[in-house]
Amino acid sequence: MPATYDKIATQTVTGSNLLGTTGITFSSIPSTYTDFRLVQNLTLTAAAIGYIQINGDTGANYSRTSLAGNGSSASSARTTSANQIGTDIAHETSTIGTYTADFMNYSNTTTNKTVLIRNNNTAFGTEAQVGLWRSNSAINSIKLYLDRAEYYVVGSTFTLYGIKAA
Amino acid sequence: MLNNIAAFHPAAAALNSYESIATATGTGSSGTISFSSIPATYKHLQIRFLTRSTRSASSSNIFIGFNSDTTTGNYYGHMLEGNGSAASAAAKIGSSTSFMSATSAASNTSGIFSGGVIDVLDYANTSKYKTSRGLSGYDANGSGLMYLASGLWMNTNAISSIEITDPLGNFATGSQFALYGIKG
Repeated sequence: MPATYDKIATQTVTGSNLLGTTGITFSSIPSTYTDFRLVQNLTLTAAAIGYIQINGDTGANYSRTSLAGNGSSASSARTTSANQIGTDIAHETSTIGTYTADFMNYSNTTTNKTVLIRNNNTAFGTEAQVGLWRSNSAINSIKLYLDRAEYYVVGSTFTLYGIKAA
Repeated sequence: MLNNIAAFHPAAAALNSYESIATATGTGSSGTISFSSIPATYKHLQIRFLTRSTRSASSSNIFIGFNSDTTTGNYYGHMLEGNGSAASAAAKIGSSTSFMSATSAASNTSGIFSGGVIDVLDYANTSKYKTSRGLSGYDANGSGLMYLASGLWMNTNAISSIEITDPLGNFATGSQFALYGIKG
């Protein structure tokens, strides 16, 4: 059987810290996979919310539902008609935080796009959330950025994997 | 800021421990999806899915079973769910299936599907009961569910088939399921 879990691309912050409001973009994502997975391994200069925008769409076409735990209680929250998919829990600062996002059936042109996110912060908690992009377009690019002018610290990595069904 | 970015590798590098086994699709006329004749040559299984139910509601719970075993008492599980305003939890104790997902259903805007990933661990081991865990959910811009699931099948047989059921609806056209094997 063929291998079906491929690395598509990796970006690493090197040299100097990267301004979070600028962020990074993966473009020309091939449409040849069934799903793709984003893995972020981050350190920031201060706590900040991570954002995703898809295909350069800055309109109010995003929403999300989250489920989070902060060490003492569980909670759920929602954002509607937003300009991006965010998180409840800020990305990590002094230690490495992990964040994964699965973009399900991202190249089909008959459904809105659903993104499953897991985000952990050793200081603040853990969360799972589902994001929606209200578009039937195939996803060919994603932009990752922060909600404020903090920085991605040198060594932060961003990797895309493609997962292909038979 | 491209000077800040290194190691951009657009060329794919294949990892040879994750393989596609089979796929299935919803037709709108059945609430059951089955994978059969699953080879015992992997360490773990993973099912990735995009689903919508024909049930006349905003969501429908879907469940997972193994080797066609629907014996009451053989399955246990827990789920943790967020509906956008509160978290809730439930358990299955001695049931006939395990928790898998809460899927988007017919009263949501067309095009709103649930995404999900469920792992079945050490599925071919014949000295352990079998455990599963799932992450799934849908958002409909004002409603939606985020769903975590765990399951236990109290049987030491190797898993050779998986049955996924929507007892209150059918899997709508556009629903897709993909079964993968992960080598140990």
